[in-house]
Amino acid sequence: MNVNVSNSGGGLSNAAQPMEWPEGELTRIPFWIYQNPEIYALEQQRIYEGPVWNFLCLEAEVKKPGDYRTTFIGSMPVIVARDFDDEIYAFENRCAHRGALIALDGGGHARDFTCVYHAWNYDLKGNLKAVAFEDGVAGKGGMPKTFCRSDHGPRKLRIALFSGLVFGSLSDDVPPIEEYLGEEIAAKIARVLCKPVVVTGRSTQTLNNNWKLYFENVKDTYHASLLHTFFTTFRINRLSQKGGMVVDPSGGNHASFSFIDKSSQEHDYSALGLRSENEDFKLKDTSLLANIDEFGDGCHMQILTVFPGFVLQQIQNTLAVRQILPKGQYQTALNWTTFGFEDDTPEMKRARLRQNNLAGPAGYVSMEDGAVGGFVQRGVASAGGERAVVEMGGTSTRNEGTRATEASVRGFWKCYRTHMGV
Amino acid sequence: MGAITLDRIMAVQAAYIRCIDSDALEAWPDFFVEDCLYKVTTAENERNGFEAGIIYADSRNMLSDRVLALRKANVYEKQSYRHILGLPSILKNGGDEAESETPFLVLRIMHDGQTDIFASGVYVDTYRAHGTDIKFARRLVVCDSSRFDTLMALPL
Repeated sequence: MNVNVSNSGGGLSNAAQPMEWPEGELTRIPFWIYQNPEIYALEQQRIYEGPVWNFLCLEAEVKKPGDYRTTFIGSMPVIVARDFDDEIYAFENRCAHRGALIALDGGGHARDFTCVYHAWNYDLKGNLKAVAFEDGVAGKGGMPKTFCRSDHGPRKLRIALFSGLVFGSLSDDVPPIEEYLGEEIAAKIARVLCKPVVVTGRSTQTLNNNWKLYFENVKDTYHASLLHTFFTTFRINRLSQKGGMVVDPSGGNHASFSFIDKSSQEHDYSALGLRSENEDFKLKDTSLLANIDEFGDGCHMQILTVFPGFVLQQIQNTLAVRQILPKGQYQTALNWTTFGFEDDTPEMKRARLRQNNLAGPAGYVSMEDGAVGGFVQRGVASAGGERAVVEMGGTSTRNEGTRATEASVRGFWKCYRTHMGV
Repeated sequence: MGAITLDRIMAVQAAYIRCIDSDALEAWPDFFVEDCLYKVTTAENERNGFEAGIIYADSRNMLSDRVLALRKANVYEKQSYRHILGLPSILKNGGDEAESETPFLVLRIMHDGQTDIFASGVYVDTYRAHGTDIKFARRLVVCDSSRFDTLMALPL
């Protein structure tokens, strides 16, 4: 029996012009963008190591001199440390000698770093300070006289601090952080991160999809009440919600938000919020939803993103930062760090612990996001030549008074394409 | 009201995992006293003294609410768990209140047959004698890893 075997060596094989962006500018997203290994390699070069500010950690995580955390910008391992001059530094977690990781754990406290392989030693700024047996042993061996330690070292990152967030960049061309964020986004970060924070938990959710599918998902206000049915199923009346969305001029940063109408605020929100005609569909413990208007502006939900992989979350009183890291074309690490404030009362602490059920890997209004990117990735397995339709709300990438729009998703692609040149 | 014994602890541990693995989630809150604490956390968070949980319920009603949400609101692919337990170490036993630690391994079986190790860790439990039963006053699910694949829908 003759069998005709066609070339099916990947999602791109049948695409006519696989690297060509389809007609329709930002309203059509080609599926090869989530599949192509060349795109993945290019993203490391042009985005993560390019003119962007990568979120590294919270200042509170490197609070005292000697504290350090390890993280990534894209696939590049990075050490973030507070030196004894009280400044924060970051550098590639790669020994200048043979390239081994310098720090092997997630973080801790150190006076300096010594690579385990051949004991090359670095200070907390990433400067090479000592080379084992540099002068040889008993007059033999050792490095040549011409060897200069200061010529060797891991790549150093520029650091920008904003409202307790630590960002790093390898680029000399990246704009100052305030300009990069845009005025409106900066103000909305400062609104939440208004005082010293305390970390309350960390976890990582492994997403079986390309990183962009998750970043788009966070920016996508259209899906919120459709995919996440927790609030609607329990008919939690969000009162006369007002809200909207802002996208910065670059398109890469956004914030969506909703307000409780001030005039309804005097009512007992939790009592009003749980009207249900069907007893079977009623929550028994309403404390989960007892929102405290801690920022004093009635805004009970704000989801904010900064290109290329940062999310700041305020869902009622549950606060978190999320870091989106690519782990290959088809896998993403979503790092959750939940936090509160140093001056939280015991009541506020308890409210946050309860409300944390709303978000995270098991969150009532977020667990679906861990899976839906995988549904897309699996769905488009052989559709590298096809494209998604992102036309809700038209073609604009700007601010909208509604959340029934995909403007911020188009904004992402505008920013992405500018960096990538695709 | 009988005293808490190793036999009774083993029986309640076995019944608990049977309840979850056989999709009888509606009966799951009954393993707890009304003012219980149930928390899924990680070894790293415990070491750091971080209080937040992946799941956090400080009342039995919150457990019932989670089951209702899983049944009626949340969206996830059909899946089941298979819990494998180690032997409980009894850390304290005052007769009507006791503490133990029990190691667990949880496999997650997806509807298409894909089976993965989803979690391993230890149950750190406080029991309270409750009539002829013993119930969990506190169940801390301390996962060895801080990494969770895709999502955590069903409880551990």
